[in-house]
Amino acid sequence: MLAYVLRRIMILIPTLLGVSVIVFLMLHITPGDPAELLLGERATEESLAELREHLGLNKPVYVQYGLFLKRLMHGDLGETIRTRQKVWTEVKQRFPATIELSVVALCISCVVGIILGIISATRQYSIFDYLSMLGALIGVSMPIFWLGLVFMLIFSLHLGWLPMSGRLSVDIDIDAITNFYILDAILTRNWPALKDALWHIIMPAVTLSTIPTAIVARMTRSSMLEVLRQDYIKTAKAKGLSNFKVVYKHALRNALIPVVTTIGIQFGVLLGGAILTETIFAWPGVGKWMYDAVMQRDYIVIQGGVLIIATVFVTINLGVDVLYAVINPRISVK
Amino acid sequence: MVKRLCVFLTIGVFLFTATALAAPKNGGAMVFGRGGDSVGLDPAYETDGNSFMVCDNIFEALVAYADESTALEPGLAESWEVSPDGLTYAFHLRKGVKFHDGTPFNADAVVFSIGRMMKDRKLTFFGDAIEVPVQERPPEYWVSMEMDDTIDSIAATDEYTVVFNLKRVEAPFLANMGMDFADIISPTAFAKNPKEFIRNPVGTGPFKFVKWVQDDRIILEKNTEYWDGAGGPYLDRVIFRAIPENSVRFLELKTGNIHICQFPNPADISLARKDANLILPTQPGMNIGYLSFNHTKEPWKSNKALRKAIGHAINRKAIVDNLYKGLGQVAKNPIPPTMWGYNDAIPGYVYDPALAKQYLAQAGFPNGEGLGEITLWSMPVARPYNPEGLKIGEAMAADLAKVGIKAKVVTYEWGTYLKRQREQPEDMDLFQLGWTGDNGDPDNFLAVLFDGLASSSIRTQWKNEDYHQLMLDGKQTIGQDKRAEIYQKALQIFFDECPAIAVAHSTVIWPALKTVQNFKLHPTGSVRMKNVWLK
Repeated sequence: MLAYVLRRIMILIPTLLGVSVIVFLMLHITPGDPAELLLGERATEESLAELREHLGLNKPVYVQYGLFLKRLMHGDLGETIRTRQKVWTEVKQRFPATIELSVVALCISCVVGIILGIISATRQYSIFDYLSMLGALIGVSMPIFWLGLVFMLIFSLHLGWLPMSGRLSVDIDIDAITNFYILDAILTRNWPALKDALWHIIMPAVTLSTIPTAIVARMTRSSMLEVLRQDYIKTAKAKGLSNFKVVYKHALRNALIPVVTTIGIQFGVLLGGAILTETIFAWPGVGKWMYDAVMQRDYIVIQGGVLIIATVFVTINLGVDVLYAVINPRISVK
Repeated sequence: MVKRLCVFLTIGVFLFTATALAAPKNGGAMVFGRGGDSVGLDPAYETDGNSFMVCDNIFEALVAYADESTALEPGLAESWEVSPDGLTYAFHLRKGVKFHDGTPFNADAVVFSIGRMMKDRKLTFFGDAIEVPVQERPPEYWVSMEMDDTIDSIAATDEYTVVFNLKRVEAPFLANMGMDFADIISPTAFAKNPKEFIRNPVGTGPFKFVKWVQDDRIILEKNTEYWDGAGGPYLDRVIFRAIPENSVRFLELKTGNIHICQFPNPADISLARKDANLILPTQPGMNIGYLSFNHTKEPWKSNKALRKAIGHAINRKAIVDNLYKGLGQVAKNPIPPTMWGYNDAIPGYVYDPALAKQYLAQAGFPNGEGLGEITLWSMPVARPYNPEGLKIGEAMAADLAKVGIKAKVVTYEWGTYLKRQREQPEDMDLFQLGWTGDNGDPDNFLAVLFDGLASSSIRTQWKNEDYHQLMLDGKQTIGQDKRAEIYQKALQIFFDECPAIAVAHSTVIWPALKTVQNFKLHPTGSVRMKNVWLK
């Protein structure tokens, strides 16, 4: 097992290198000039030339890539074009916000999706099955942007139950240690901040969780249906085991294997795809940060950001593969 | 007698009550909702409005703009003198002013703050010379305002006097010194950590920097030792919150979570008008959206009648009503009507398709025949002076079709648009662009945008000797009245020659809660909280 994990980690290096080359090339093929975007209408030939030279944009592409790799070897992702701050410093501020939001959204998806999937499978073709699968279809098709605004109108503007946007209220302060506000509030025993952070995360997390919940529910249902038709389930039933034991002890564990893969992929999708949710809910995460960088052609941020997201994505995939063996001992890692 | 006394008493009580009601109140936290976060907080290096609006409250310059105009007032300089030849400016500084970190404000701080942007640093300090660090990157505004071509040297002649020696006469110099890039910073704070100054700014302004959570909020607190005892600051804290989505920002205002909502959707303005809890601070924007011709190619370069035909063919009122949603004003001149030097006698190009057809025939293209399909470059992004570039382009193309001109709407990604437009390519006939003024000086519009003989960087590349001479005269003449006459003449030439069509000046409306008192929108877009209080 250890050898397998090490081998997979070794494969990470060429994978990430490939990602960096592709991103670098795509960025330089895409039209747009960060210096023009930074200076806008008031740019003069002189100011553009000075800025391009300062940013190193006048160097050949392969030299720019070489410099990027050289910095990377020293663990330096570079300095952003717009804010003149280390990419790593910006990532440290924003990535925890996205991870916090994605983890909560994923927890909601797992709990709700798996429960819905099991009930649908065990009561196939019942009214509940139809309703939950209709809900799943709506969940997949619902535009997040619209859903977020509807939630805001109902729960913030009209009912006043939940805060509308942001991670914390303006009158609440927190000592940011990890930048995971929920964790920071617990570590510093700042209970008003904990309550406020939890209150703020509910609406964006529920909004973000709609699509993965629907996908997990559908995957759980189909996987459960397949397992429930297996001979060993019939045997278990014939032995006189209770329905609960058959479903939750014998069927679910096997049915969860493809669901775990789906959840793993969904987490990666959530990390990279929270742009809309972050924009609507003014959530200062990595999605909005990357989107702004793309619009401003901030090459340094895009390269660094994509590399970090790719690393997390590949690591999650590795984690999922390892988890297979834990869930199902029949699967051995070779 | 008793009756008269009663009347006086009543008037007295009324006046007292009114004064009491209008009296500023100290305390409270103001939350300003805006579309994006600041990029940095070192005024010398920033280029975006979201950075400047925070800097406006932390820093001050030698001269200041009036509350609702760009009229110049004393800032950190109490007074100034200009030599008769217009080449030397002596600023007399306020005494007893301190930076937020306790560093005393004096002439050396001015020499340091402005001097750090110079390429060739001819600086004289009054006290011990302060080491001016190497530039982190080109100071963009300084470069684009050509300040290195203007300022020769800066000297502190005593503790509270700074003398600027200029290389050339530059009439807008004083107005330039009121711009954000010319803000004075604490030399001590900068020297401590030059690289981190953009995230730990220290100035002399009415509010001190407290904290910045990126993409979320910037918190400022009252400077209790502010030098101007006459007015504010009244607010304890000012919080700038980034809420990217316009509709959400407006909903946050409606729920009372923010006090002012920057740039709401035009559709939300009508909702705001109906809401009794909201007020609508309004300001005609100091900007211009225009449509220009490719002056590097024929027939646009020398066919004045053709340019005028386009001017009369476009229904700008319909564009303002439908696409600016009424939040604008049809332009007669390429400078806004609030600016001195505006020429109100100019009639502007009225929408008249019949007249346009006459001009077309005169230009040698009757009913557009022989002109072929022209390209109309339309902006892909919303800017303060043009909310819907593409839709406006389509409306213009439809208007042109009515007089027989076939126009194809073309667009590119914004950076590419700017870059290609600068190159004046053969495939560009007409293009949209615009401008937001920096300092309220007509030179900042008329020379920067249209004097193609001054520099190859001028985007319109229109070359007219008479106009160019007036621009030079305008720069080198001292005295606003004389300069106003010069710019009015230039505007007449602009109208006669039609190098571009001034489309519209947009109007800025930022709804606010009723509790917000004395908040005034500034034509430059700066946000000043000094005299604002909460009821």
